[in-house]
Amino acid sequence: MENMVNVFLFGKKYSVPDNLTIMSAMEYAGYQLVRGCGCRNGFCGACATIYRIKGDTELKACLACQTKVEDNMYIATLPFFPLVKQVYDMETIKPTEAVMMQLYPEIYACIGCNACTKACTQGLQVMQYIAAAQRGDFERCAELSFDCVMCGVCSSRCPAGISHPQVAMLARRINGKYLAPGCEHLEKRVKEIKDGTFTELIEALMQKPLDEIKELYNNREIEK
Amino acid sequence: MYSEKFQKSLAAVEAAREHNIALEPARMTAQQKEDLLAAYHPDYKKDEFAELTVGPNKGEKVPTQLVEILQAHSRITADSVDLTKPDYDVDVLVIGGGGAGASAAIEANEAGANVMIVTKLRIGDANTMMAEGGIQAADKENDSPATHFVDAYGGGHFAAKKELLSKLVCDAPEAIQWLSNLGVEFDKDADGNMITTHGGGTSRKRMHAAKDYSGAEIMRTLRDEVINRGIPVVDFTAAIELILDENGNAAGAVLMNMETKELLVAKAKTVIIATGGAGRMHYQGFPTSNHYGATADGLVLGYRVGAKLLYAETLQYHPTGAAYPEQIFGALVTEKVRSLGAKLVNVNGEAFMHPLETRDVSAASIIRECSDRGNGVDTGNGKGVWLDTPMIEKIGGEGTIEKRIPAMMRMFEKYGIDIRKEPILVYPTLHYQNGGLDITPDGMTTNVKNLFVAGEAVGGIHGKNRLMGNSLLDIIVFGRSAGQNAAKVSKETTVGALTLDHVAKFEKELADAGVETEMVSPKLLPDYRRKK
Repeated sequence: MENMVNVFLFGKKYSVPDNLTIMSAMEYAGYQLVRGCGCRNGFCGACATIYRIKGDTELKACLACQTKVEDNMYIATLPFFPLVKQVYDMETIKPTEAVMMQLYPEIYACIGCNACTKACTQGLQVMQYIAAAQRGDFERCAELSFDCVMCGVCSSRCPAGISHPQVAMLARRINGKYLAPGCEHLEKRVKEIKDGTFTELIEALMQKPLDEIKELYNNREIEK
Repeated sequence: MYSEKFQKSLAAVEAAREHNIALEPARMTAQQKEDLLAAYHPDYKKDEFAELTVGPNKGEKVPTQLVEILQAHSRITADSVDLTKPDYDVDVLVIGGGGAGASAAIEANEAGANVMIVTKLRIGDANTMMAEGGIQAADKENDSPATHFVDAYGGGHFAAKKELLSKLVCDAPEAIQWLSNLGVEFDKDADGNMITTHGGGTSRKRMHAAKDYSGAEIMRTLRDEVINRGIPVVDFTAAIELILDENGNAAGAVLMNMETKELLVAKAKTVIIATGGAGRMHYQGFPTSNHYGATADGLVLGYRVGAKLLYAETLQYHPTGAAYPEQIFGALVTEKVRSLGAKLVNVNGEAFMHPLETRDVSAASIIRECSDRGNGVDTGNGKGVWLDTPMIEKIGGEGTIEKRIPAMMRMFEKYGIDIRKEPILVYPTLHYQNGGLDITPDGMTTNVKNLFVAGEAVGGIHGKNRLMGNSLLDIIVFGRSAGQNAAKVSKETTVGALTLDHVAKFEKELADAGVETEMVSPKLLPDYRRKK
């Protein structure tokens, strides 16, 4: 027999099995989800959810697909949050501190309350990565924010109106494109292919009778 | 933390760990693989397939649930909309907001075309976002596109369309370069060399990754670029029927707002289907690692206007879906876990196979272990085998898991399992649609003009089984190329009068073939509401 718990979906009470995630509990209750449901696996940030357990003052945030229901859980999903996303041209942008000042000046209004970090559904050091962005330390910002799923809960809790996930997105792109070391072997290989270095080899392979290519495959040497 | 009932088996796994780390299990011979697949792989279970009785692939067998949606009624009739008053009129219409659709849109925009994306959920709600392990490209000194070709061709049972596969492997390094230039953060060493690993069936270490958020890192970057370029994205809007022009060429789509159900008409000079996979069809009752929207929509849209399918009978069951706890049943456990050294171990602590056989072989081997061999672990929700993750820390040093596969660590941590210290339970999960619409190397369908396809909705790039890391690669290579070619063709195209005549024609074919069904398609979303 399933153990049932009471949950309050947007304030309305439903009795659901206690082994379900919040997302499955909504479906169990009869919701056909369109909003607030994406990868169902913790990668896409579609199912940001806030909840409070009855009797507890703390407001918690989570991903509905990654969190089990609890008894007396008051649940509101946050399927969309109006983040500020500035547009920029990656080809002309300069990897300098000034970029952040121009595009996301509100980060300098951070009051250090750490509500973003406390709310992060991925357990990231959100305020720390914003501090890195303030300093123009894109590498550190990129590293600390890497596991961000851009659900937006941090921004919903921010008194300074910062769109943390978008700030981090910019930092990661700048870091990936301009600051991370270039890759020589990649550039060399792209050039070789353009120069036709492998064309004959590939064409010869494609012409090979099935038996020969099977032989080649079944006896190929595998790098240790 | 595992409950008491797992402890005996866990103890056996722990006791054998040192031995299993040192062990190099033999790889199977070609014959052994063939026999194993025939006996245990779901693609070979004849009673799970049915014959198509209408359409371009009439007479061929595909999964029963796919037959049902391919041979279902349209959601509309020709009278439902006014084709003379399109709500949108563009050069290139991209259907789908995943990695392939976004890549296509960026390239079409780059080529100067007026391009628009429609997607039934949000841009980025796609299997791309969930790809964990990595992307292949032969860019190291000891590797070459030819070696990549042989690995993929053999892994796909020598069934790939060679001209598609050759494009895939030859354009791979450039795809990585393109992504890097967009700002995608690949794992590199201090000198900028790519940190690469093996995947199942690769003969060289050519798996590039961004931790185990490879797909998410690629997808969020592409999405950001789409927005920066000002490409219109019409979200929460599904394409429910293609529109042809009087010459029989693809010329747009009927769209439906997912929330208000409003119907809209999008007219276009070229159309790109980039709708992704089919995991949410739950073929053969399997759980899936796929996105909520993976319901084979593009196959339905294409099939109804006469586009041919290739290898739609072959699906990929990822060997390592989470088998426990039940809240994440079927969720993907990336192959990278095995690339980093974790082995598959049965209930008795025996490493029963080489951990990096191709996915179809690995899945069949796990199914055999859990069925006829009786060596599976009872999870309370079926069977599974151990994937001995603590081996990774022993081989790569402490901290390897947190650094290389943080998403996996987080996924299990939420249920009290520390994968650095405890192994995890896995069982195959429906992961990838190997087959799809048949295309030529320029990305156009073989028999409907101006209809392009990219990404998982394509069939034939990988043959009958796909190697890890070749899907993130194909969405970029074929997505970009579809965008470029669709833009080019759009410049030479004048659209004739729009028509939905094919809807009635298909209806008649269904009636003539005696198909009786209540179903409408595309399915758009699965229904997980409790059946009372």
